[in-house]
Amino acid sequence: MSEKSDKTEQQRLSVFKTYKLYVGGKFPRSESGRVYDVTDSKGKWLANAPLSSRKDARDAVVAARKAFGGWSGATAYNRGQVLYRVAEMLEGRREQFVREVADAEGLSKAKATVLVDATIDRWVWYAGWTDKIAQVVGGGNPVAGPFFNLSSPEPTGVVTVLAPQESSFLGLVSVLAPVIATGNTAVVIASEKSPLPALSLGEVLATSDVPGGVVNVLSGRTAEIATPLAAHQDVNAIDLAGADDVLAKELEIAAADNLKRVLRPQPVGEVDWSTTPGLDRMTAFLETKTVWHPTGALGASGSSY
Amino acid sequence: MPTTAPATHSLGEVTASDSTLRRFLHGLPGVDTVGLEARAASLGTRSIKTTAKAYAIDLAISMVDLTTLEGADTPGKVRALGAKAVHPDPTDRATPSTAAVCVYPDMVPAAKEAVAGSSVKVASVATAFPAGRAALDVKLADVRDAVDAGADEIDMVIDRGAFLAGKYMKVYDEIVAVREASGAARLKVIFETGELSTYDNIRRASWLGMLAGADFIKTSTGKVAVNATPANTLLMLEAVRDFRAQTGVQVGVKPAGGIRTSKDAIKFLVLVNETAGADWLDNHWFRFGASSLLNDLLMQRQKLATGRYSGPDYVTVD
Amino acid sequence: MASTPASASVFEYAPAPESRSVVDIAPSYGLFIDGEFTEAADGKVFKTVSPSTEEVLSEIAQAGEADVDRAAKAARRAFEKWSALPGSERAKYLFRIARIIQERSRELAVLETLDNGKPIKETRDTDLPLVAAHFFYYAGWADKLDHAGFGANPRPLGVAGQVIPWNFPLLMLAWKIAPALATGNTVVLKPAETTPLSALFFADICRQAGLPRGVVNILPGYGDSGAALVAHPDVNKVAFTGSTAVGKEIARTVAGTRKKVTLELGGKGANIVFDDAPIDQAVEGIVTGIFFNQGQVCCAGSRLLVQESIQDELLDSLKRRLSTLRLGDPLDKNTDIGAINSAEQLARITSLVEQGSAEGAERWSPECELPSSGYWFAPTLFTNVTQAHTIARDEIFGPVLSVLTFRTPDEAVAKANNTQYGLSAGIWTEKGSRILAVASKLRAGVIWSNTFNKFDPTSPFGGYKESGFGREGGRHGLEAYLDV
Repeated sequence: MSEKSDKTEQQRLSVFKTYKLYVGGKFPRSESGRVYDVTDSKGKWLANAPLSSRKDARDAVVAARKAFGGWSGATAYNRGQVLYRVAEMLEGRREQFVREVADAEGLSKAKATVLVDATIDRWVWYAGWTDKIAQVVGGGNPVAGPFFNLSSPEPTGVVTVLAPQESSFLGLVSVLAPVIATGNTAVVIASEKSPLPALSLGEVLATSDVPGGVVNVLSGRTAEIATPLAAHQDVNAIDLAGADDVLAKELEIAAADNLKRVLRPQPVGEVDWSTTPGLDRMTAFLETKTVWHPTGALGASGSSY
Repeated sequence: MPTTAPATHSLGEVTASDSTLRRFLHGLPGVDTVGLEARAASLGTRSIKTTAKAYAIDLAISMVDLTTLEGADTPGKVRALGAKAVHPDPTDRATPSTAAVCVYPDMVPAAKEAVAGSSVKVASVATAFPAGRAALDVKLADVRDAVDAGADEIDMVIDRGAFLAGKYMKVYDEIVAVREASGAARLKVIFETGELSTYDNIRRASWLGMLAGADFIKTSTGKVAVNATPANTLLMLEAVRDFRAQTGVQVGVKPAGGIRTSKDAIKFLVLVNETAGADWLDNHWFRFGASSLLNDLLMQRQKLATGRYSGPDYVTVD
Repeated sequence: MASTPASASVFEYAPAPESRSVVDIAPSYGLFIDGEFTEAADGKVFKTVSPSTEEVLSEIAQAGEADVDRAAKAARRAFEKWSALPGSERAKYLFRIARIIQERSRELAVLETLDNGKPIKETRDTDLPLVAAHFFYYAGWADKLDHAGFGANPRPLGVAGQVIPWNFPLLMLAWKIAPALATGNTVVLKPAETTPLSALFFADICRQAGLPRGVVNILPGYGDSGAALVAHPDVNKVAFTGSTAVGKEIARTVAGTRKKVTLELGGKGANIVFDDAPIDQAVEGIVTGIFFNQGQVCCAGSRLLVQESIQDELLDSLKRRLSTLRLGDPLDKNTDIGAINSAEQLARITSLVEQGSAEGAERWSPECELPSSGYWFAPTLFTNVTQAHTIARDEIFGPVLSVLTFRTPDEAVAKANNTQYGLSAGIWTEKGSRILAVASKLRAGVIWSNTFNKFDPTSPFGGYKESGFGREGGRHGLEAYLDV
């Protein structure tokens, strides 16, 4: 909060927001009934965030699985429209996110604004990918035989996303948007220290035509929530962006149980969320399906023309 | 599916054996799902206004088989339903009666009494409705019960298990037997399209039912997840149209379940009008199996008469 | 019996006109150059009429050579900054345009129906949704060109001179302008003389979206304006949709220059129905294929090739279906067949149909009352047509279907390919391998199987042979506007 806004708020007592989880399109408190302190970079208390339990994680997976059929089955155009709508809603809440990001990351308003703008543009970037990714990574294969052969990407299913710990908003969107743009559904574990932008993003998603359950946002202790999710048999993939090396290895081992697709964290120091991403965060959670179908000759006599 | 060259005698041979029947049903033209649903949706965009709407609403009212098929049905409930069928809108005697009331066999006497002296028919579901999982003689006894009690129409269910197992002749023989047991009553054959699942199956079932002597082919029991839809009804309308072109025999169609609003009902009438044609725009040949639909039709009728939107307090709850 | 009208009818649909008040047409419009509406340098104007009533809708400035020069220079000036913008910024302009089109779609649908004569059902449910979707799709490409398969950082060409036809005025505009802007080109576009209005409304949308001046310029006019545009030295890229004759003229004009060209020209699409087709859906596909937009569609399925063994059955069904088509007021929501776009086009259709009869083909139309004013032509079907008939070879561009038969798949393919055109074809059969075998033998750019006249911004469209070259739509559509 800037000094200026403190001053204006002295004239009127402000209304605090109760930050809640976002699961299955609803805003539950944690099943644990517990919260934890969220502070700004200088240690000043900002809010209580829900401390998610294993059961919250389980509920989130159920919600994500339930939403998968509809979301992956929607046309790519429709998904693009919905995701673009999210960008429109983000734009309308730009000031709020600037404040939250500035608090969370200890940035000036100007620097936070740059990050929030980049985040909205990042969302637009991925919104445009929904109906193009198949054209870039799929295609016909000229097999040596009388067969039509086409490879197309398909979403892998429910993806657990450990949001980056440091970049509370740009980093979050950079890992979440590619997962859902391609038709997966997501269970996101917000940055442990700075979960507020992620929890507010849930509010944006809820008012953006994104079906409930497509994105589920949990806050709390990353390791506590991630461990059951990494072992969960109904989760298809996990993005470890927000895990340190030790946790990442543990989770990757747990994920091997049902052969989850694992996206490892980038080495600390090499992460720059501001650069334009490539395709890897989308392709990491795509399966390739190849369909064969006979073509053959026109008739018993072959073509005489 | 030739629409020219009527060859009634050749259809007789179709049912000569299990294999001829199977070959015939599997020889029917395929149905392209996307194309069928697109056509149904496109007819659904017809905009029916003013005089056409008034005509359609009255026609729809006259086509309703006002239905109650609950374990909790009582003679009192059925009497109320019968009264409503005869005079759907007590404030406007010009409102047409519905086509029929549709009840379980044991409720037929109560229903007969309630509609006595009116044009309203009594239809009864039989053959171990809705699952149809009973021995044939039990089903036939069920039918005879209803007919003996005075039912004018019998709504039977086919053996979907047999159909899906490819035992078409068993399904055929059963319909023929029920046809016989129904005597003078008109026979509606319910396919439970939601369980047949594919449009190719619905086309085959339609022809199977018509070959076996159905007076009506009917979509559903109203007891499963997917009941009447514009697409499955369109497909059945194509079947009765083609059957008449080939045999000269006209068969009726009854979508049932899930049609709740006047808007929906009018869409179905557009399907009838533009697929089977005007000959089917009559309650002898087209019915709606419905219960809550009637009140919505009545409210729309009142709206057209008064210019005000009506509300649920201005139609009777039965 | 099958050919008698299905409903003669007790269920008569009352008129259900879409409200015209949703659109406000000014008595006159200027050219749109460098962000401003201006009069033509020589002050020339022309009138645009509603083809269903012959009512004059507005008076439009007519672009001459001086105006073309002014517009091309404005586009040239705008190019430097526009092409230097980050792709993500260009993307956001296009997203804005897409959204404004969605918001104003009813207004634009009514406008298009008034100016073009096509049914509101089509402009509302097909044209406008596709227009918005096209801008939406190419908006997304603007910042992803590195991934489009043309190498890193592909460059735009410069100024695109675009000439579009009257059959899908706003949709053809979208097909031209969306990829051009996404790739960083600027545009001078000439709409057809009979349908200039929606392009001028689009100019207003560009202003609402805050698009920089000169990036899009709209020059209504006749063929001479188009010719001047194509020939202008500041134009680096020519995109044309229209007749094959004009396409050849353009190809000659650009010869010896470095101008990149795409041409989307005429067609004589074959709609091939095999004996194992899903018959009811095939009938719908035939109807859509030739009567959509009164058959004024370059990719229309204007030749029905039906397997001889099911000819009678199919024609009975088809005739019965044609009897239910509703021709009349294009603004009526229940109208299936609207007006022909112009007196000139009506004369061309009439003359070709007379030639069909004179050459011995058998003509049939359902009973159909034509309105007394405006330009109208009843849905028409010719049987006993052979490859030698003019109506089997020339593009009629009207609601006229020529029916031919074949006996074997080989023969179907041979007949389908026996044309100078190669834009579209349809295949109707439940057998997948037959679809793919036939499709692989057809010399046409778009093959529809068990469907017809389907369009999508992600799907490339364009012809073989004299139907033109280059593809519009999809990833492939970017290439036409990139220096690759």
